[in-house]
Amino acid sequence: MSDVQQKATRRNHERKNRIKETAYPAQAQSDVRTDVSMTVNGSPRTLRVEARTTLLDALRDELGLTGPKKSCDRGECGACTVHVEGRRILSCMTLAAMHDGHRVTTIEGLEGDGDLHPLQEMFIEHDGFQCGFCTSGQIMSAAAMIEEAKAGWPSAATVDVTEPFTIADLSKAEIRERMSGNLCRCSCYPNIVAAIAEVVGRR
Amino acid sequence: MHQFTLSRPADISAAIAAHAQDAQLAFIAGGTDLIGLMKDRATFPERLLDLNRLPDMSYIDAPSGGGLRIGALARMSDVAAHSEVRSRFPVIAESLLFAASGQLRNMATIGGNIMQRTRCAYFRDEDDLPCNKRRPGSGCSARFGLNRNHAIFGWSDDCVATHPSDLAVALTALDANVLVRSPGGQRSIPFAKFHRLPGDTPERDIVLDRGDLVISIEVPARTEGRASHYFKLRDRQSYEFALVSAAAAITADGGRIGSARIAMGGVAHKPWRLTAAETALRGVSLDDTDALKAAIAASFTEARPLEHNVFKVELAQRVALRALETAGARL
Repeated sequence: MSDVQQKATRRNHERKNRIKETAYPAQAQSDVRTDVSMTVNGSPRTLRVEARTTLLDALRDELGLTGPKKSCDRGECGACTVHVEGRRILSCMTLAAMHDGHRVTTIEGLEGDGDLHPLQEMFIEHDGFQCGFCTSGQIMSAAAMIEEAKAGWPSAATVDVTEPFTIADLSKAEIRERMSGNLCRCSCYPNIVAAIAEVVGRR
Repeated sequence: MHQFTLSRPADISAAIAAHAQDAQLAFIAGGTDLIGLMKDRATFPERLLDLNRLPDMSYIDAPSGGGLRIGALARMSDVAAHSEVRSRFPVIAESLLFAASGQLRNMATIGGNIMQRTRCAYFRDEDDLPCNKRRPGSGCSARFGLNRNHAIFGWSDDCVATHPSDLAVALTALDANVLVRSPGGQRSIPFAKFHRLPGDTPERDIVLDRGDLVISIEVPARTEGRASHYFKLRDRQSYEFALVSAAAAITADGGRIGSARIAMGGVAHKPWRLTAAETALRGVSLDDTDALKAAIAASFTEARPLEHNVFKVELAQRVALRALETAGARL
């Protein structure tokens, strides 16, 4: 049995009793929600959330923006990727109330005037998905990643971090490394990389 | 997650005062570790203090005279992309770039990074398996359990976990200090003394007390960091914690090593300095691989591997050699 299987077996064995023993702190007896104002996809929005509400849950459940997906809910898969103040972040690992006054962009705000974003077009062109569940996170991540590369940020795939980096250095190896925070259960990685590479002019 | 309140302090002093007098209060900044711990029911703070809007804590200051100061709220990605950090302390930039993912590096702060808690699967287990870090006195599931990812140095029967931060390993090799403010004033803690060994109180990862706030990280002006490198070995090529890692920084004396500083990750409850190896490396030629290996081996006589990580003893020495040689190529 693998490590994971052994652990899962023991987990199931002990689960029933342990769940009963787990101590939860008392739940609030009154309304503990606060107002948070954000600019979401260009529009000012005010929503009423509990302190514990993640940005992901607020976007999905309060604003009905279901583009950002809730998959691992632990910052491991990237399906919840959105932009806050222009940067890609994981909306499952941050609290909505921490983003009062911030500018948030989801996949719903990426296209303009009915025109698809070049990344959206190329994901279609290159079959950058099968089931599509990770796709909004992949595209939001890629859009910001390209901006990071344009700003000269190096990565773990950069040959020498002491040298300047330019967008011309954004090879497929660089794309793979920079996109490693977005998992694809269908394993469409070659096509995802090809789609992004075409957008930045790499073949 | 459980219910908690979230508020913002007026300033640093107010944050410290609130933390000092409230055992149920936790600071939150990037949140990437704390929110995971709360979701895994490993910690239940009743009140969170959001530090993100505190002014003047996100700076990256690399004065021309040498050294480096990084505010505790600086994000990993900003530090890793900073041109002076990259050219003068590549080991820092590399340790950050080989950690986490692009999204997480945009969120996580430098202060939070060095205080992140272990990735030991038993500690993180939401079913609450015995773990002395999670519940002091409950026992260590890893000591005689699955301990492939665990320590080979400095562990105790109460805890065999390793520290997960890559950055902390690099900063330990650079003799950096942590500037901490508390109600009583400010103090500077050498990196080697910031993280603890588990002993019989493994619930304490670091030496900070209630009311302490990390203000900044400081690399002393005398530290030469240009010839440095962070080498990280993982079970997969990207987006994974270290199996074993090494940070090396060296200076030359003629064609030989003048001084070498090496710290390792993935081998102990804290970043582990190879002190004996550093002494043995003085005067050794970088071209003499056998002599380098022999010098590194001086720090591994005290290694105590566990049932599933015997391989780490040899692997760690190879990783240290690789870091040393790559740093040497930058002389």
